[in-house]
Amino acid sequence: MTMQLIETKTLGTAAASITFTSIPQDGTDLVLLGLVRTARPLANDFVDLRFNGDNTDANYSARVVIGNGSSAFSFTENSYIGDVNGDTSTADTFSSISVYTLNYRGATTKLSLVDTVSEANATTALQTLLSRLWNNTGAITSMEIGFTAAGSNLVAGSTFSLYKITKGSDGIVTTSTT
Amino acid sequence: MTDTPMKVVVDCATGESTTVPLTEAELTQREIDRVAFEATEAERKAAEQAKENLKASANAKLLALGLTEAEVAALTA
Repeated sequence: MTMQLIETKTLGTAAASITFTSIPQDGTDLVLLGLVRTARPLANDFVDLRFNGDNTDANYSARVVIGNGSSAFSFTENSYIGDVNGDTSTADTFSSISVYTLNYRGATTKLSLVDTVSEANATTALQTLLSRLWNNTGAITSMEIGFTAAGSNLVAGSTFSLYKITKGSDGIVTTSTT
Repeated sequence: MTDTPMKVVVDCATGESTTVPLTEAELTQREIDRVAFEATEAERKAAEQAKENLKASANAKLLALGLTEAEVAALTA
């Protein structure tokens, strides 16, 4: 399987969110990888992901499983994609996020598979696994990673990389356009 | 003066990134989202705590029945 990097961005200063626009419309699936830390004065903050500027929470539905090293819990959510390191977590530690969105140009609702780990070199680390549906049949042209807490920012050093996966004409073989 | 939150926009077609202030609508939306999510978060935390409390209670009862710590750990792992 081959992934081609579309864009990568490391924040030089804090920002409320980061948005990738004009996503190329010649891939099959999208992969978003990120390293995240927020400025919210908590050990764990939360992050959400929205497509095409759609801020209607009801258009997203997620089934979440989250573990804290000793217990696991499940619940439903909307645009949330995981718990990440907040400002009071171990200094200079970042959470990792991986979002795999299938068939992002297809005329069906969009499914994303997400795993997020708030690794802080401490006793407790939260692992979030979720599958999420965006109730929209249009192609994904942009995605915004942001925070639902007013005043919560992504800190400098937070990084996101967006990749596309392209299948071959036989529907099996993937090709690299590099 | 309160700084207006800024967002970074990366144009995948050109590779250019710009930093722009959030609009009033975006700021309002963030506040709506925050209230909604924190309500959900509070419910989740309460459910987690209730589960932890039940686990502690169950472990204590198993120990009282004569199981060792290792046996309780193996049983509840």
